[in-house]
Amino acid sequence: MSGTPDMKPWFAGIVFAGIAVLVGYSLPHMPLSGGASSPAAQVATPTLPVQKPAAKAQFSPPAESAIPDNEFGKMVKLGQNIFEHTSQYAKGYVGNDLRCSNCHLDKGRLPGSAPLWAAYVAYPAYRAKNGHVNSFQERLQGCFRYSMNGKAPDLDSETLIALESYAYFLATGLPTGDTKVAGRGYSKLKTPESFDLDNGAKVFAANCAVCHGPDGQGQRSADGTVVFPPLWGARSFNWGAGMASVDNAAAFIKANMPFSRGNTLSDKDAWDVAAFMDSRERPQDPRFKGSVEETRQKYHGNAKLSYYGAKVGDTVLGEASPPSGTVN
Amino acid sequence: MHIPGNEPRAGCRVPKQLARIGWILGALAGSQAAAFAATDGAVILSNGVGSAPACAACHGQAGEGQPDAGFPRLAGLSPRYIEHQLQSFADDTRKNDIMKPIASALTEADRKAVAEYLGGLAPPKAAASDTPDPKEIELGAQIAANGLWAKGAPGCNQCHGPQGQGVGDAFPRLAGQSAAYLVSQIEAWNAGTRTNDPLSLMNGLAHKLSEADIHAVAAYYASLDPTANVPTSNNAATGAGK
Repeated sequence: MSGTPDMKPWFAGIVFAGIAVLVGYSLPHMPLSGGASSPAAQVATPTLPVQKPAAKAQFSPPAESAIPDNEFGKMVKLGQNIFEHTSQYAKGYVGNDLRCSNCHLDKGRLPGSAPLWAAYVAYPAYRAKNGHVNSFQERLQGCFRYSMNGKAPDLDSETLIALESYAYFLATGLPTGDTKVAGRGYSKLKTPESFDLDNGAKVFAANCAVCHGPDGQGQRSADGTVVFPPLWGARSFNWGAGMASVDNAAAFIKANMPFSRGNTLSDKDAWDVAAFMDSRERPQDPRFKGSVEETRQKYHGNAKLSYYGAKVGDTVLGEASPPSGTVN
Repeated sequence: MHIPGNEPRAGCRVPKQLARIGWILGALAGSQAAAFAATDGAVILSNGVGSAPACAACHGQAGEGQPDAGFPRLAGLSPRYIEHQLQSFADDTRKNDIMKPIASALTEADRKAVAEYLGGLAPPKAAASDTPDPKEIELGAQIAANGLWAKGAPGCNQCHGPQGQGVGDAFPRLAGQSAAYLVSQIEAWNAGTRTNDPLSLMNGLAHKLSEADIHAVAAYYASLDPTANVPTSNNAATGAGK
């Protein structure tokens, strides 16, 4: 793609070396410094300071420049294009204005932003969402059906093979079945007793509206490209999407929003603004068969984390949802 | 590279800068006589108003800027963005010795009028004498598109739009902008002399870029055509979901 050297491998190397130096330096010194400087250490049984297990060295997916120049590499690149320009490269399967990389930042590479490499090695897996063991491709179908409010590409279609190839490439070197790899998914926050939607609206106006617009409908550049995605409404993810669950949204927002200034919102503000976003109307749950109440009971069991079927203001969310599965 | 009104940096070409300041002071003095109360944007641009000199003296007759001198292109920028900058010069959230008295001399109506007028202009790119290394431009293009995530920096285009065409009122068009100007602004955010960015987004990002990154990105955006994808309506942000 370019002659520019990718900086990630050496950066990861520096981080790893730094951790190694820190660990190597601190281990022999810790008991000494505790014993010498702290009077408490003379009366109490000297103990090593409680340490969290050393963070595992962060997995680093291969650089884009390492995509091989062959038929497989072409499929990987197609997968990357689908991931980044979803409505263009997966035309016919996308029913909204989102792209995969809106929620899986850095084209599915970023730890803590549900990276594709961590997902790849975790499948096949049983999912409570549909009650059976899912292949990775079936998991990808779910993304199109819910998050993209579109239509699932067929198993073994070029679209899914390309995405699977891209995920496989990113996971190069990561052991299959490593479902505990650092950076997988979104880092969940402790669920509070309740959410404050009024505070959420204030947090939204102060921190989110500059990019996503005062009405949450995102912004386009002059050539029509959706630069900031809509967060609710007919062109956003539908009620069945993972991001419609307040815990996922809060975790994503806390770590990554405002864009480039992750971890600056308090946990409370992240929860409240996530609840605010997830208590606006959005496309219908594709599993809806005519009754919001029934759909809520069956698929939105944790009432606290889903506003589907909840009364907010004068409306019961889901009753006036735009249709699901609208494909451009 | 340095910008009039900003602190000169060690190693800068001082005589050239002094000459430029002298020239600007001359322009300021000369245009005062011609200026009258005016809320016509075109008149403010070419003649000035009150004690504010003509914008055109530094920013060009059609707001095309002077890339080598670091006077930014104003043509085609969002009017709301331009108004916000004028306000920021006046209230010191964007410190600039040249622009402060000028912006302070403009009434709210003047600022609005000249901003609207400049936003609707689309002159060709002003000539620059710099011939950047194509490799630098390529590096800049990479950073603009893909970011430097190892440092927590998204691609510039993820907010400023594809090819830096600009998005809404808060994310200005970078395509075709003066490289010297772009470098000076990143440095101003780094130095804390510019603090008028929403949510301190640029302040945070400026600290994540190396000197080489900054120059590469500036060279890349300066190489682009500023007249491509000019908004048809420069009045309001367009909702994506509408």
